[in-house]
Amino acid sequence: MHDFGIVWSERSLLLSGLANTVVLTVLASVGAFALGTLLCPLLMRRERAVAWAAHAFVDGFRCTPFLLFAYLVYYGLPTVGISFDSWGAGLFALVMYHTAYVAEILRGAWAAQPKAPVEAGHAFGFRGFGLWRRIVMPPLLLAAGPLLGNQVIQIVKDSAFLTVIALPELTHAANSIQSRHYVPFAALLTALLLYWALCLVVEAGVAAVGRMAEARR
Amino acid sequence: MSAADWLTLFSGALTTLALSAAGIALGLPLGLALALLRWSRVPVIAPLVVVYVSVLRATPLITLLLLIFFALPSVGITLGPVAAGVLALMLNGSAFNCEIWRAALMDLPKDQIEAAQSTGMRFGLYLRRIVLPQIARASLPGLMSEMSLLIKLTPALAVVGVVDVTRAAVRIGAATYEPLPPLLAALAIYLPIVYALVSGQRWFERRRAQSEAAA
Repeated sequence: MHDFGIVWSERSLLLSGLANTVVLTVLASVGAFALGTLLCPLLMRRERAVAWAAHAFVDGFRCTPFLLFAYLVYYGLPTVGISFDSWGAGLFALVMYHTAYVAEILRGAWAAQPKAPVEAGHAFGFRGFGLWRRIVMPPLLLAAGPLLGNQVIQIVKDSAFLTVIALPELTHAANSIQSRHYVPFAALLTALLLYWALCLVVEAGVAAVGRMAEARR
Repeated sequence: MSAADWLTLFSGALTTLALSAAGIALGLPLGLALALLRWSRVPVIAPLVVVYVSVLRATPLITLLLLIFFALPSVGITLGPVAAGVLALMLNGSAFNCEIWRAALMDLPKDQIEAAQSTGMRFGLYLRRIVLPQIARASLPGLMSEMSLLIKLTPALAVVGVVDVTRAAVRIGAATYEPLPPLLAALAIYLPIVYALVSGQRWFERRRAQSEAAA
């Protein structure tokens, strides 16, 4: 119990780590979602070359460990003249990596959608971005909600990897508390429970979206 | 990169493969056992399984591994980096596998179990003859996808000092001041391994969709 007292005395460090994890997750989720919605239509283009390139991008990331990609961005890119600090590298890596997954999730959900509303939209004169925003996206988002929620949880968990490039997120904070005071169990268990709480919040959000989808049906 | 560097990378690749295989081999049956405990609604234990799965699914592998590696010695259990890594992979995998197995168990028609019980089959027998063959087939794509996720998590083991492919690549990069070639070489090692699993998963899913369409 005394150990948890030590962790409590270091709460400001732990909370700033938690705040950084939340900020990283929110920024990366928004970025990956924005880029993923742009990439998704490319996956479904009829032009062979475009679709092939988009699929290669998505499959490439699906087969790459996130930590290796983060290292490539942080250590590899500076040798070709692109340098980041740990925040820039971490955020860039999270956004690029999860864009691929979001695009694939949206593609799967899109393939399962009925074609009629889009044809009706065409008939009513919707096209291009208007069609995409008003007709295609709303049902797609509701259908893909749970999978997108899982992806946000995945972003929370992948952000923990960024401790290795010295980004001061939650795991980094907990690990520095445990090594400074030698309270490994208390510090890391607290971090683990905070991660759990974060994921429960995301899951509650997904459940709320699910109820909305149910009500609209 | 010199020949010795390539050798370091390949021995790292073997470590990655061996640890992934060990984590998968231990995590699969543990996940199944947890799913069966929840499915048969064992009092007290079933709700604990729910909490276990929820917590572990939310925990980054790297945090779990640090907890195992640094906290277990304070209760008198000292694990080496490799054992701690395999334990972390096993616990992490078991939580995800449990959910996949459980989904297959929930889809299993109840009348089959009732029919088995009415012919006097005991739990162990109908589990082996009726339940397992069907849920194994239904869970396979999900389990393969989980295996590919687990391989992608193995670089986390480097934080406690396991030299896997990623760690080997970073070390070579630090020694030669050219980080890009070894990191790309490591990527070239991961891509075919994970791609094989992803393709296998897609193939099984397609085959199942075809057999469902035919039925």
